[in-house]
Amino acid sequence: MIATRDAYGETLAELGAENENIVALDADLSGSTKTGVFGKKFPERFFNMGIAEANMVGTAAGLAAVGKIPFLSTFAIFAAGRAWEQIRQSVAYPKANVKIVATHGGVTVGEDGGSHQSVEDIAIMRAIPNMTVIVPADGEETKGAIRAAAAHKGPVYVRLGRNKVPNVFPKGHTFEIGKGCEVVAGTDLTFVTTGLMTGVAVAAAEKLKAEGISARVVHLGTVKPLDKEIVIKAAKETGVIVTAEEHSVVGGLGGAVAELLGEECPTLMKRVGVYDRFGTSGKSEELLKYFGLTAENLVEEAKEIFARKK
Amino acid sequence: MKEKISQLEEKARRLRVAIVKTLHKSQSGHTGGSLSAIDMICALYFHKMRHNPEEPAWEGRDRFVLSKGHAAPALYVALAEAGYFPTEDLMMLRRLGSHLQGHPDSKGTPGVDVCTGSLGQGLSMANGMALGFKLDGKENRVYALLGDGELQEGQIWEAAMAAGHYKTDNLCALVDSNGLQIDGDVSRVMNVSSISDKFRAFGWNVIEIDGHCLHGICTALDAAERHKGAPTAIVATTVKGKGVSIFENKASYHGVTPNDQELPVALRCLGCDCEELENQERIGA
Repeated sequence: MIATRDAYGETLAELGAENENIVALDADLSGSTKTGVFGKKFPERFFNMGIAEANMVGTAAGLAAVGKIPFLSTFAIFAAGRAWEQIRQSVAYPKANVKIVATHGGVTVGEDGGSHQSVEDIAIMRAIPNMTVIVPADGEETKGAIRAAAAHKGPVYVRLGRNKVPNVFPKGHTFEIGKGCEVVAGTDLTFVTTGLMTGVAVAAAEKLKAEGISARVVHLGTVKPLDKEIVIKAAKETGVIVTAEEHSVVGGLGGAVAELLGEECPTLMKRVGVYDRFGTSGKSEELLKYFGLTAENLVEEAKEIFARKK
Repeated sequence: MKEKISQLEEKARRLRVAIVKTLHKSQSGHTGGSLSAIDMICALYFHKMRHNPEEPAWEGRDRFVLSKGHAAPALYVALAEAGYFPTEDLMMLRRLGSHLQGHPDSKGTPGVDVCTGSLGQGLSMANGMALGFKLDGKENRVYALLGDGELQEGQIWEAAMAAGHYKTDNLCALVDSNGLQIDGDVSRVMNVSSISDKFRAFGWNVIEIDGHCLHGICTALDAAERHKGAPTAIVATTVKGKGVSIFENKASYHGVTPNDQELPVALRCLGCDCEELENQERIGA
């Protein structure tokens, strides 16, 4: 169990030692986003921009324009929300080599409530041309994702969480931008998931197995570009797709998969996520239950749609 | 020096002619703010900045950020004059397939380093570049040209705060203070004065000039380069539409181009001789 943001801080600091062009920026949340780990090791390459996200994004674009590889961090809602237009105009439009690593995504940020729970950021970032959108499942994948983001030339948005999450992948798991992976084999239906919901879907698949339903779990660590091949293959082979994400069902992973299948392989599908509403205060675990983001709920949804398949 | 200034003045006049011809040809674009900014852009490209049109990506070059991106015609005529691309390209301004986009786009235009146009974002990028150069111990300088209406965007002041905080003395912001924005007087739409006091409050070195006096602009740019320990803001009082009496001080010419009747009037205002008037297709000639 490790929080994806912790894996980020650790990996960013490692990268800083390997490549002196890597710089980090934060907007007064370096203790929470874990860029502070980098900041302590490389103070001259760490820029705390204060509580001013728009300027942080523009500054990162400027640093990238003179050859630096900036990683900027704040909470997902402040990056994708407050600085959306700066990300669009100053980063994505010129294809600036800026890495936006947003932490505290989704509802599991918890007690701070709806104002701080970003359930729209994947949709918002996915809509911007040139943007790559990564949502790792666990700490291990985050390490690979951060390294892949650093190596990728161009804008990247990585969405991380606040809490510790169970490991889905073994140590040394390789991450490749744009490549999904089959985490659990199955033939009756497929969970297509991203972020922490992959771990939840693995648990759901186990429960379904006990009930005689063979569920596949396909994890998409990259929401954009979407690994079309693995999704279409799953749709053709299992006939039912259930997407799950800690995000609105509007425009995120579920939206992306629905768009793809609608055009290329119409398939019975269900989107599990936050149903077009804001978050609310509560403990992370309580909120996952409240929004129906549990293994039990995935089992229910899967059974219901599986029944329609027959 | 005197001779150099008169050469710059003549160049600025010719660049104005090129702006008017370009905008007449495109029938789309921003006239007033291009004419108010051109003297400063002329001084930057032909007096102050280290740059090499033969090698647009030369690492030793100074950087220019046209934060008020709608003045793109002023930047483009200067780049063409400097030799970044053929002057004939100006005729394609804002056309489909042209590398001269409506607002500066670094992806297609030689000599353009950043995408601008959405107001308020350029100073942040300029400061980021300045920080990067400082980090590498490089001598490159960064110039950002802002509009006074643009200063209404809060991000400008976030950037001013950050530049003051990080003491990026390799950064120079020039404010093209022509007093007008689309909806009218800047002071009436949303008063931003005192611009100088605001920059000073964020720890900047401030120089106030007449933005159409090339001697004053060059002197201020030289002084900005010498000033250590703080970024410099050159607050330049300018006239929107400067040089063409029928456009001067008119907010209505913010985004309006010269029509067929106005073109010869404008060119005469700019001192075009008979040959220049006849040869209207030759931009910058």
